[in-house]
Amino acid sequence: MISHLPILQVIVPLMAAPLCLLLKRAQLVWLFALFASSLACFISILLLQQVMTSGVISYELGGWEAPWGIEYRIDKLNAFLLLIISAISTVVLIAAQTSIEKEIPKDKHTLFYILYLLSLTGMLGIVSTGDAFNVFVFLEISSLSAYALIALGNDRRALWASYQYLIMGTIGATFILIGIGLMYQMTGTLNMEDLSQRLPQVAQTRTVFTAFAFVIVGVCLKLALFPLHLWLPNAYAFAPSIVTAFFAATATKVAIYLLIRFTFTVFGLSFSFTTLPLQGLFLTLGLAGIFVASSAAIYQKNVKHVFAYSSIAQVGYIIIGLSTSTITGLTATLLHLFNHALMKSAIFLALGAVVYRLGSIQLSSFYGLGRQMPLTMAAITIGGLSLIGVPLTVGFVSKWYLLIALIEHGWWPVAVLVLLGSLLAIVYVWRIVEAAYFKEPLAGTMPVKEAPVLFLIPIWTLIIANIYFGIDTRLSVQVAQSAAQSLFGVSP
Amino acid sequence: MIMGLLNYWVVVVLMMSGLYIIIAHGNLIKKIVGLAIFQTSVFIFYISMAKVEGGSAPILADNITLFSNPLPHVLILTAIVVGIATTALALALVVRIKEAYGSIEEEDIQHLDNQTQAESKLQAQQATEGDQA
Repeated sequence: MISHLPILQVIVPLMAAPLCLLLKRAQLVWLFALFASSLACFISILLLQQVMTSGVISYELGGWEAPWGIEYRIDKLNAFLLLIISAISTVVLIAAQTSIEKEIPKDKHTLFYILYLLSLTGMLGIVSTGDAFNVFVFLEISSLSAYALIALGNDRRALWASYQYLIMGTIGATFILIGIGLMYQMTGTLNMEDLSQRLPQVAQTRTVFTAFAFVIVGVCLKLALFPLHLWLPNAYAFAPSIVTAFFAATATKVAIYLLIRFTFTVFGLSFSFTTLPLQGLFLTLGLAGIFVASSAAIYQKNVKHVFAYSSIAQVGYIIIGLSTSTITGLTATLLHLFNHALMKSAIFLALGAVVYRLGSIQLSSFYGLGRQMPLTMAAITIGGLSLIGVPLTVGFVSKWYLLIALIEHGWWPVAVLVLLGSLLAIVYVWRIVEAAYFKEPLAGTMPVKEAPVLFLIPIWTLIIANIYFGIDTRLSVQVAQSAAQSLFGVSP
Repeated sequence: MIMGLLNYWVVVVLMMSGLYIIIAHGNLIKKIVGLAIFQTSVFIFYISMAKVEGGSAPILADNITLFSNPLPHVLILTAIVVGIATTALALALVVRIKEAYGSIEEEDIQHLDNQTQAESKLQAQQATEGDQA
């Protein structure tokens, strides 16, 4: 059983999805989905433990030897990502039943959980597989279910957002497919390990350059790197709240994992960052993303839009860490993957609670909410502080590592710009805090009660995690650091 | 130069026309057509890449020594299925968009969205003003 963990990680949610159809009652389906997701989370914890103690796990699908068969390869980086995805998915699911009651018609509840589990399957699959074509298949599984999930939102703009995401996402995935095809043409293999050994021999050909360009652009579309981010704000703002909380924490993270996997493992560090000018490109786009998206966030009326734009800005920080191409920089990137998942899922869940009580997410409906929903608003405030990077929250830890990496690298001006970017975060978080605590409720609005317990439990679990990992950084930093070291081929 | 790489020329021309249709046309159905053409070009790329000149189908038999690479063909079978799923989902979305907006032209939808946004802004403003008064 223990040796089959890598495949069980993916199979459990995949098999659970159709089984949901057999359970008639929405309540049962919810409990079942929650069970399947927690099982996946449990498996990912076991995998991480195993990888940290005994190194890389290689699993041959159907007993076919790699590189002919499909190999699932779990190293520290995958195991870390698997844990983030499955843990966030489980925590978010706790609030799902309460939240979708108000946002999704009753007859679609079962379908919602099926799509959710399929999307989870896709993400876990992308991360665990060691086969380049398998990545494409899982990418499409997760994307197709994502489009459908976003279209479930009850505003008609959700449909339009989903359509736009579908067009952009399909172009991105097809670009990746072209890149994989070109790599196969040059090397005759699809296994990532095998590719990384064979590509250097043909690295100086135009075909490989083209393959690299297609893969990187495709992945960057998926991770919403500025200026390829246009699909994200509306998709996040109009999707059902649970979907937003889940995707904001995981979907872009998976794409960033792919970027790291392709640049570091498959194409190799020297090819990606020395032969090609990826360093400068990522740095410029990352910085531009931080400033453009943060400034856009300041002017939004819809609070979900504010945090959606903030997500694009956070992708900027993550990419800047990557662009230093040093171990510290990569550690900062991986830490921020984890930390950003914690803060954004907490914030979007809290926004979900606001939607549950108020039915609206406009900034004006937040007036006076600090007194009516104290626990929910406190969670949004702490999440916001974490976004800014205030000490004692996780946001501080990753920004700290990012600054150290930039200074070590001698990029002083960039470090200053990163700090300036954080000031913009203060502005957009302050607008919400001000509305909630310092404004009187609008005349004629009914006072509302605190969010239901099933919302508060997951929100505060995540917020406490936000503070805990901001103080006790041993676990997250150790895993991120050793994952970064192993990507650089340094033995810890 | 041109004849030897004919299959790649076909792929590139199809790919670019597909992308052009997606970008240039405001009609949602036409965009899906463009997307389908774009995806098809990649199918052709994979299929033609694996063809070995004079090779037969990959069957284990005594008199067959030269055969095409079956792997990309199998891979693209998966991608074709994915493509169909994407097109079906996109078409379903367009049906829902038509029901909700009464149009499948990008301009009209954008216009209606802007109106909704302006209305909600106006409402919020009125509410604030009423509050201050």
